[in-house]
Amino acid sequence: MMCQKCQEHEAAVHYKQVVNGEKQETHLCEGCAQEEGYMNFSDNGLSIHQFLTSMFPFDQSISQKQQVRRTEDAVCNKCGLSYQAFRRKGKFGCSNCYETFHPYLDPILKRVHSGNTTHVGKIPKKIGGNLHKQRELDQLRKQLEQLVQNENFEEAAPVRDQINKLKQELEEEREGGDQ
Amino acid sequence: MSLQDFINEAISPWMNTEGSDSDIVLSSRIRLARNFDYAAFPTSGEQESLIKVLEHMEKEYSNQSYNQFKQFHLVKMAELEPVQKRVLVEKHLISPHLAENNHTGAALISENEQASIMINEEDHLRLQLYYPGFELTKALETASQIDDWLEERTQYAFDEQRGYLTSCPTNVGTGLRASVMMHLPALTMTNKMNQIVPEINKLGLVVRGIYGEGSEALGQLFQVSNQITLGKSEEEIVEDLKSVVQQLIESERRAREWLLQQSGIQLEDRIFRSYGVLAHSRIIESKEASKCLSDVRLGIDLGYIKNVSKNILNELMVLTQPGFLQHYAQKALNPKERDAFRAHLIRERLQLEQY
Repeated sequence: MMCQKCQEHEAAVHYKQVVNGEKQETHLCEGCAQEEGYMNFSDNGLSIHQFLTSMFPFDQSISQKQQVRRTEDAVCNKCGLSYQAFRRKGKFGCSNCYETFHPYLDPILKRVHSGNTTHVGKIPKKIGGNLHKQRELDQLRKQLEQLVQNENFEEAAPVRDQINKLKQELEEEREGGDQ
Repeated sequence: MSLQDFINEAISPWMNTEGSDSDIVLSSRIRLARNFDYAAFPTSGEQESLIKVLEHMEKEYSNQSYNQFKQFHLVKMAELEPVQKRVLVEKHLISPHLAENNHTGAALISENEQASIMINEEDHLRLQLYYPGFELTKALETASQIDDWLEERTQYAFDEQRGYLTSCPTNVGTGLRASVMMHLPALTMTNKMNQIVPEINKLGLVVRGIYGEGSEALGQLFQVSNQITLGKSEEEIVEDLKSVVQQLIESERRAREWLLQQSGIQLEDRIFRSYGVLAHSRIIESKEASKCLSDVRLGIDLGYIKNVSKNILNELMVLTQPGFLQHYAQKALNPKERDAFRAHLIRERLQLEQY
């Protein structure tokens, strides 16, 4: 079997992993395995860093590759973490790294979080502002949809009014922000 | 130090209360990972900002109380002896990783040891909250309130799309790890765990032994926790975990009934043999001790053993860890000495029950 990265040498490292029930197999030659970080086993076996490192995809289309190359050179201007170092460690250095490495994050997060890339949970009280209202609006819309589906129009009416009120509030805030 | 004093030191006060389904679920835990907006993460190794985080926490929260959590006490890793750290790790109040951070690592621990806030672990803050029994919903609710209290005096690193930002991509989003500690002796004895674990893994949850390494779960104690932290709300994560735990509880109960029907006398024999070993042996390794403790706890739950308290399993699993043994002996012990001392400690502990 040939190495799936360089397609030049015989694959020497065979790596199987199961992520949320999905089996993935990786076959690499020694050189590529070293590059990808598969060979640095610590005494404690596979650490979470290496586990994460192994989640980075390597067979990409050309356009993606170019984008990757740009990201690979990226260095976080706040903490100085390079993309290479992030790959090796599997850890961010500061909150700004999320911005710096943004183009490359979706595939990583998808792998770790069963295809999810967007937060839907708690919002800090201070930061929230608009976001709290936006979330509430989303929830009310879902509720309204459910009620209408069940032809429960009596209960749907006040929900609709609430939605309109929230929408108006959000619009006013937006206009206020423009001025 | 008398044994009773030692136990009082080893067993956190919250453990002495009982939660629901406590014959199978020993405890529930919620952990939230949070970072400050202005400081680089602990993983960056930038000491200056980490010192600022520690100073902020010390100034604002040391010896403060929040609702039922009285007197958060600040312990700095730099000021602890290795054995003291080991004891905190064995009580699950701090992580081994935090214990290694001798510069800026610290923990705020509530008086009843139910809540602990690790400072400058992998993230600036790691809030942990324990409840006895199967109480995930209450634990999440309370943890979220403490989280609000911590947020009041700082600005968290938060992104509209990614949620709470964490050092490790595996925690981003909610930063939530919800887990339960379960005693599953009947499912283990009937070899069902081997089939159940892969099924649970498919649901994005993780099952692992709490003590011991690899697939071997000492004391038949398992931790079940969520793996996914992004794309689901905190409530959804907890509900998903709860429904799996509920099924595990029911399976374990059925397996216990089946064992009783199929092999009542053999089961009873196994339980009392283990009881005998604990009560009379002079040398005992931790592996054998945990197996016997698990059997005895099952014997208590099934009504075979009547005069021993239920706490014996979690209590002695903690007490017979190397750190605690040496703490009680007040000196370093080599492995052979530990096995003898462990047997001694267990006999002494069982004698406390005899009145």
